[in-house]
Amino acid sequence: MINFSYTIWILLLPFLMFLLLGLAGHKLKAKLSGLLGTFGLGIITFLSYLTAYKYFFTSEKIDGAFQKITALNFTWLQFTDKLHIDMGVLLDPISVMMLIVVTTVSFMVHIYSLGYMKGEKGFERFYSFLSLFSFSMLGLVLATNIFQMYIFWELVGVSSFLLIGFYYQKPSAVRASKKAFIVTRFADLGFLIGILILSFNTKTFDFISLTNPSGAAISQGSSIGFLGLSVMTWSMIFVFLGGAGKSAMFPFHIWLPDAMEGPTPVSALIHAATMVVAGVYLVARMFPIYAISAPVALDVVAYVGAFTSLFAAVIACTQTDIKRVLAYSTMSQIGYMMLALGVAKYGGETGLGYMASMFHLFTHAMFKALLFLGAGAIIHSVHSNYMTDMGGLRKYLPITHITFLIACLTISGIPPFSGFFSKDEILAAAFQSNKFLFAVEYAVAGITAFYMFRIYFSIFWGKDTQYQHTPHEAPATMTIPLIILAIGAAVSGFIPFNKLVTSDGKILETGINLVIAIPSVLIGLLGIGIAYIMYRRESTIPDKLAAMFKYSYKWAYNKFYIDELYLFVTKKIIFRYIAVPVAWFDRHVVDATMNTIASVTQGVSFRIRGFQSGQLQKYAFVFITGAIMLAVLFIYLWK
Amino acid sequence: MDILSLFVVIPVLTITAILLLKDTRQVRVVSAFGMGLQLLMAGTLVFLYLSARHAGNSDEMLFVKDYLWFKSLNIHYSVGVDGISVAMIALTSLVVFAGIFASWEVEFLRKEFFVSLILLATGVFGFFISIDLFTMFLFYELAVIPMYLLIGIWGTGPKEYSAMKLTLMLMGGSALLLVGLLGIYFNSSPDANRLTFNILEISKVVIPLPAQRIFFPLTFVGFGVLGALFPFHTWSPDGHASAPTAVSMLHAGVLMKLGGYGAFRVAIFLMPEAAHELSWIFIILTSISVVYGAFGAIAQKDLKYINAYSSVSHCGLVLFAVLMMNQTAMNGAIIQMISHGLMTALFFALIGMLYGRTHTRIIYEMGGLMKIIPFLGVCYVIAGLASLGLPGLSGFVAEATIFVGAFQHPELFYRIVTILAVSSIVITAVYVLRVIAILLLGPTTNEHFEHLPDARWFEKISVVTLIGSVAAIGLAPFWLSSMIGTSLHPIIDKIIALNPF
Amino acid sequence: MNSGIPLQYFLILATVMFFTGVYGFLTRRNLITILMSVELILNSVNINFMAFNRFLYPNKLEGMFFSLFIIAVAASEAAVAIAIIINIYRRFTTINVEDVNEMKF
Repeated sequence: MINFSYTIWILLLPFLMFLLLGLAGHKLKAKLSGLLGTFGLGIITFLSYLTAYKYFFTSEKIDGAFQKITALNFTWLQFTDKLHIDMGVLLDPISVMMLIVVTTVSFMVHIYSLGYMKGEKGFERFYSFLSLFSFSMLGLVLATNIFQMYIFWELVGVSSFLLIGFYYQKPSAVRASKKAFIVTRFADLGFLIGILILSFNTKTFDFISLTNPSGAAISQGSSIGFLGLSVMTWSMIFVFLGGAGKSAMFPFHIWLPDAMEGPTPVSALIHAATMVVAGVYLVARMFPIYAISAPVALDVVAYVGAFTSLFAAVIACTQTDIKRVLAYSTMSQIGYMMLALGVAKYGGETGLGYMASMFHLFTHAMFKALLFLGAGAIIHSVHSNYMTDMGGLRKYLPITHITFLIACLTISGIPPFSGFFSKDEILAAAFQSNKFLFAVEYAVAGITAFYMFRIYFSIFWGKDTQYQHTPHEAPATMTIPLIILAIGAAVSGFIPFNKLVTSDGKILETGINLVIAIPSVLIGLLGIGIAYIMYRRESTIPDKLAAMFKYSYKWAYNKFYIDELYLFVTKKIIFRYIAVPVAWFDRHVVDATMNTIASVTQGVSFRIRGFQSGQLQKYAFVFITGAIMLAVLFIYLWK
Repeated sequence: MDILSLFVVIPVLTITAILLLKDTRQVRVVSAFGMGLQLLMAGTLVFLYLSARHAGNSDEMLFVKDYLWFKSLNIHYSVGVDGISVAMIALTSLVVFAGIFASWEVEFLRKEFFVSLILLATGVFGFFISIDLFTMFLFYELAVIPMYLLIGIWGTGPKEYSAMKLTLMLMGGSALLLVGLLGIYFNSSPDANRLTFNILEISKVVIPLPAQRIFFPLTFVGFGVLGALFPFHTWSPDGHASAPTAVSMLHAGVLMKLGGYGAFRVAIFLMPEAAHELSWIFIILTSISVVYGAFGAIAQKDLKYINAYSSVSHCGLVLFAVLMMNQTAMNGAIIQMISHGLMTALFFALIGMLYGRTHTRIIYEMGGLMKIIPFLGVCYVIAGLASLGLPGLSGFVAEATIFVGAFQHPELFYRIVTILAVSSIVITAVYVLRVIAILLLGPTTNEHFEHLPDARWFEKISVVTLIGSVAAIGLAPFWLSSMIGTSLHPIIDKIIALNPF
Repeated sequence: MNSGIPLQYFLILATVMFFTGVYGFLTRRNLITILMSVELILNSVNINFMAFNRFLYPNKLEGMFFSLFIIAVAASEAAVAIAIIINIYRRFTTINVEDVNEMKF
């Protein structure tokens, strides 16, 4: 047995770094605090790679399957004998893979931010928030039980809130951060309810006992029904709500495009590579339960994923803010991952989707972080988010140009870049189990290639824009992470995921299925071709097309008015028709009742106080009359 | 002198010392010293308690002292603590300590202010150490009366109205309570010749069910008024809004906890059968409190009103959990009392400090304060996050425990109501973030505020003490939870023995 | 015992005196007159005491004692009352009872 107890430092270090930078950061020099943060994360990255190496290559396998290892675990809060929140580190293929993803991207972003955020006010605050985020994300990934995951889930939510609202004096950033927090919080409510139902039926929070395919937890819950579905299905649907919120699945997607108000490195780290895939990770984590005892919930996952991927891809074609295009693209790709999980089954050949999803998660983290960081470099030099302000940048930003191109090719699924392999597995998995979903995803692959090359051509080719300041290539702190990630995006397709990360831990035999691979490459090329025609040079085709499909274009451009719908629900219904009436009710009904009691008492006392007139003779009169009446009464009564 | 009585004696001595002082500037120093001593004592008490438990002392109450006080009615001055009261005492001394520093700059009738404040604290301490119902009631009244003066004299806005309303509603509550307590007293002995007020002795007899059916609602509502039970909560927004800072802190932080504590210690512990039978009514009321308070908070404009409604919501959760009558939920209820006490005191302290600077409590009149007063701003954000139940701060521990506990209830009705109550976490997030966004973030809206001073040393002491405690509970809840848990065993055993549900 | 005035006569006299006193007490505005009315009431009671003592228990003297006692009390009461009236006069410069009504709500 290998000793993994050092993994506690993977969690402790970023936390300590957060405390250090948060409490004492303003006393340090800005640059020093940035370097400290980066250095700390470097150590964590090293530890993670060490862990991955040890886990995948030296740990024991039983029946050829990777085992789940609880590296350490202690009780944090005891509820009952069986239910307790533990804090610990769980190592299994997906958590170790996520460890690599999170630390790699986070490390790159730390380095990148040294250049990107240079001279910003609150530099040390930025790094302390990044450390908080790394801590929470790693805690989420390594959680040994579902409640620990929930805890860190909330913490990533709040770090995302803090980072989106980093420019806290900008009203749009404040609004966006608030929106992100509240929407995900609403989804987390579902997660919490799911946990409660799950824990009530299985009496455990622990992942190992929950997800043991032959364990008691899985078989117990599925027998009890509620409103036509088993309680297990209900709880899994609720848990998925939480995942959908974090992963910006329809209809909880509205926060993600707005979250682009945050600094670009943050978008790369949180809103592209790591936090938004937490939902996928959650479903993958609970996968045996989904697959074995809640197949209906798994179908929900698949359809929501498929719908979101199509929906987001269509919107992405119409947006002009490059970060928003990337945000919608992220949603679309996460939809892919959800779909892949949704069509998979537990174990063996049918578990292909699971592996494909994790594979795509990995490659997506690389190329999407790269895209965002590239976009950051572009924004850094042009000082605008809108692609209408850009054009012909390939001359000025050569390194950014090449790395961005690699990323675009990767996301479009062009071999031999990594996106091709992972997307191919997803399509294959969808083809195996559900032809309809396959067709949707196939179309989305084409749309994806189109909108990615749409922004690529408009930024780097297209019209020659006259810039006020000549754009210049970013400093080395920014380009080095770009190059490293570009290499990652290019070659990570050759990582043998089928041997490392599978639904049951065993090796899964896969290969490139030409029947699927060739058409998918072709549709990718088709998308690129259309984009080439429309955006390579300045042309009027896009405007004509937009005019032709006027209404559908307008709907897509306005994101199908989902934001407005939300605004309507929250502002009009919740605020105006619930909160304000409640407040009114409280003042004018509940409180007024109390006040009425008081004023009735007071009124009565006003009425009767005339008896206390101060007139001696009135008192005497009343007294004597009373005495006489009593006397008469007694005389007659006691006869 | 036993250690528990010291908790009453020290404040009384402090008051005497204050009364003897000539120079009003020394008053606050003496108060701070006295309450600092009290805080130290509370620390010692926690330590003594834990070491006694560790040494294997498994009595229901520790440090028990009993003096006969009024023979013909068998009234005793008897004190004793278990883990729950120890925790509540620690909470009280923290809040009072922070409250003294938060009112450092009271100018008007300073001596009388501190005397009343500490008198209030005396009542609260006395309440938590008593195990005799009569003495308990006495201290309860002692705590309510100075409140009237504190709000009526040192308050702001319609202070006389609020003070009157608060006092009258609480007095109405205590009238019900007194009937309830007397009802318990006259049923405390099966053969009616050894009537007693002692909680421990009463808990050994079973009060006849018909009597319980009458006296449980009286007692519960009596305490519930203080715990802001819907629809008897309306004193709370007005009272808090008018009260001076330290009084709001003490009131929301500690005094409202008397309600929860009493409902638990007296109503449920002594009359579990009726509690079980009638709990559904009160569960509905409390869950209304929880959701309704949160919605009420969304629409408010005044910071103190927002916080008062949020207190209604959070205190509703305490009573809600108590009524679930299982170990976990009750454990959560006690943690929630402590957690809410600390964070609401923190909130009120910060609101007082903001008000002292900007002279307004209307959120729309402020904006972008984070840039100007970053220390207070950050503290406010932390308080807000604690209030919306962020893990790592105390609110989460309490809410998680309550929800998990409540959801273990075997009846479906209770679980569905629990889901309703859980939904309050979203609404809480909405109003907390709304305030933070309007108040602290965004551009500075009022140029008069551009040069406001940040927190001064005594304000920092007050705030940091509270934030430290909130974070300590949030990061390492285990010791607190287990301290409360062991003390709950006898109570739970009694409930389960009587209601094998 | 057979000769002399029957008991009823005494009682009628006392009743008339009593109600005269009560009437005076209630209707007069002058404090001195009110005091005099009180004296009338007291004396009517005295007459009752004497009459009952004489007719019902001729061998006992309690009724007599009581009358004497009442006379003594009435005397001291008159002294106190007049002192109070003088004080009231000094304070309000009137002894009209309707003007002395400060003790009210």
